Amino acid sequence: MSESLKVSIYGATSAIAQAVARRYAARGARFFLAGRSPEHLERVAGDLAVRGAAAVATHAGDLAEAAGDAALQAAEAAAHGVPDVLLVAFGTLGEQQRDEQDPARAAATLETNLVAPVRLLLPAAAAMERRGSGRLVVISSVAGERGRRSNHLYGAAKGGLSIFLAGLRDRLAPAGVAVVDVRPGFVDTPMTRDFRKGPLWASPERVADDIVAAADAGRAVVYTPWFWRWIMLVIRNLPAAVMRRLNL
Amino acid sequence: MVERDGRDLAWGRAHPGGQEVLRPAWLEEAAALAADPDPLPRLGHGAGRSYGDEALSDGGRLIETTALDRFVAFDPATGRLTCEAGVLLHDILRQVRRWRGAEGGWWFPPVLPGTRFVTLGGAIANDVHGKNHHRRGTFGEHVVSLTLARSDGSLATCSAEQNPELFRATIGGLGLTGLILEATLQLMPAPGLWLECEEIPMADLAGFFALAEESEADWEYTAAWVDCRASGRALGRGVFGRARPLPGGEAPAPPELPRLAVPLAPPVSPLNRLTLGAFNALYGRRPGLGRGRLRRLPYHRQLFPLDAVGGWNRLYGRAGFYQYQCVVPPPTARATIAALLGAVAAAGEGSFLAVLKTFGARAPAGLLSFPMPGATLALDFPNRGAKTLALLDRLDALVLEAGGRVYFAKDGRQGAEAFRRSYPLWQEFRRWIDPRFASALSRRLELTP
Repeated sequence: MSESLKVSIYGATSAIAQAVARRYAARGARFFLAGRSPEHLERVAGDLAVRGAAAVATHAGDLAEAAGDAALQAAEAAAHGVPDVLLVAFGTLGEQQRDEQDPARAAATLETNLVAPVRLLLPAAAAMERRGSGRLVVISSVAGERGRRSNHLYGAAKGGLSIFLAGLRDRLAPAGVAVVDVRPGFVDTPMTRDFRKGPLWASPERVADDIVAAADAGRAVVYTPWFWRWIMLVIRNLPAAVMRRLNL
Repeated sequence: MVERDGRDLAWGRAHPGGQEVLRPAWLEEAAALAADPDPLPRLGHGAGRSYGDEALSDGGRLIETTALDRFVAFDPATGRLTCEAGVLLHDILRQVRRWRGAEGGWWFPPVLPGTRFVTLGGAIANDVHGKNHHRRGTFGEHVVSLTLARSDGSLATCSAEQNPELFRATIGGLGLTGLILEATLQLMPAPGLWLECEEIPMADLAGFFALAEESEADWEYTAAWVDCRASGRALGRGVFGRARPLPGGEAPAPPELPRLAVPLAPPVSPLNRLTLGAFNALYGRRPGLGRGRLRRLPYHRQLFPLDAVGGWNRLYGRAGFYQYQCVVPPPTARATIAALLGAVAAAGEGSFLAVLKTFGARAPAGLLSFPMPGATLALDFPNRGAKTLALLDRLDALVLEAGGRVYFAKDGRQGAEAFRRSYPLWQEFRRWIDPRFASALSRRLELTP
């Protein structure tokens, strides 16, 4: 019997992360799950075990805090060493209008969505590069493609993250390590529970199908659902005056 | 907070009215919503597969459980499965292929209703039944224990040993005793996941009752389709279906909700007298019918034929439809079913789907469990307003006269008086209603203010 796929997930209790994890559990994967709430991690771990996971280890800590990195990496090494797939799925939407008035909160939004992922991806990338295989799957956002009045702090972080991933992809390609930049549109999750939902909204399950398919294929950038590629093509190319008037 | 219309929250799409819908992601958030100090009436809401107003609360708040969809534990030695309340029976069935039992078979849900896209919490709150009621009884009979969040902030563990009265009130309790957070189910060993299926034409109602009796001992699943256009001596003409598991086979897992779906309710329903006639004529004459003509099917094809068309309820058009399911006890079951079918035929309101089956003699699992020994008939009627409601009232009169009752997972309009007459334990049940829980149905039945 072939050895189980080793999957690490940073931010494992998010709705999208849980949906992705279930797909790998159905393949009998081994998991290392990191997240903030130990209770929620235990719920997710129990769920994946029933769904076919070969093993599930968890580690609770605030991923935005650099002070916790060493403990996280030690726990991951103890669980299964360098993973075959690392999914980075944590993030916060922030609150644009509040954060504009509070530079410390604005900085925290950048810290959680850009600085922390970069900090955690660098050692993982180096380990996969040394081994000569692996997939880094990172959830960015369509919000990172053009600054918009309503969410340009979150957008700046995600845009910076996508630029980092583009460079990292080229660095790791010779080693056979894929870097997948996932750009979801509107996803119906607890993070967006206060938004009014419309036809553009997708379920975490649909997004997870796209993420797993992209990870399997080692694709560079994946828009999910697919139509966001075309929506963003239009939005990126709107003249500035039009963009200003649209008030997006 | 999102306000949603009742027509998008109940399967029959015939109950307008706004309600707040919240969708907690974790059990403790759900429990906190159940105990919210705001006096707003609250109610758990699952996958929205109840037809009438049972899972609605216009002006109130629904706590949607579909994000509480995690498995908690499964023990392959005992076949006991614990899940959060929003797990779909479909999610459970997707796992079954891996759950081998001790004697080479599989652990399988003992009771499955006509759709697999219902939540565990909903299956308990309606004490649902399947085509094997004569052998396995209702869903509630296989619930080992459950956890209930009450509005006073308490969590009650309920089972036959712990809080047994609250347990019996919650099974089939229409969601009124609190919010079901988690439950443990006893699965049954199934020798295989393919079914041996047989479909036998029946000439009339006598044919149905003879086949039902003959099949009771050896066939796990039975149900008949009845052609509502037949009248006179042909009343009850249709096809009797029966199926039983074949030992040894591993069937493909049931597919996800089909991409082929009905996206919108058309302004004019394609289900009319003409298409109804064509459908029923084709259904009754399709090839493969006949005694001894056995077909081998994966269980989901036999048990959930309508799940193959996503959103089929929208086919009834913008006004929605009513499903009417009743049960009538044995002494007059045959005569009453004949009278019911006669009333439908006389009204010229043929039902697209008329399903007839017998229930076995089992002690009910809950205080308000629907099944009783006898025959159950389910009919769909497009909502034509007063005309449809008048027909359903005529059916009610026949059912009550016979000592039967209607199923509240389906019904959306019967009054309090009929309810009290047909559910004799209603007063005992009422003691267990959580004072802050209420639904459109509980107000209609005068169970809550």
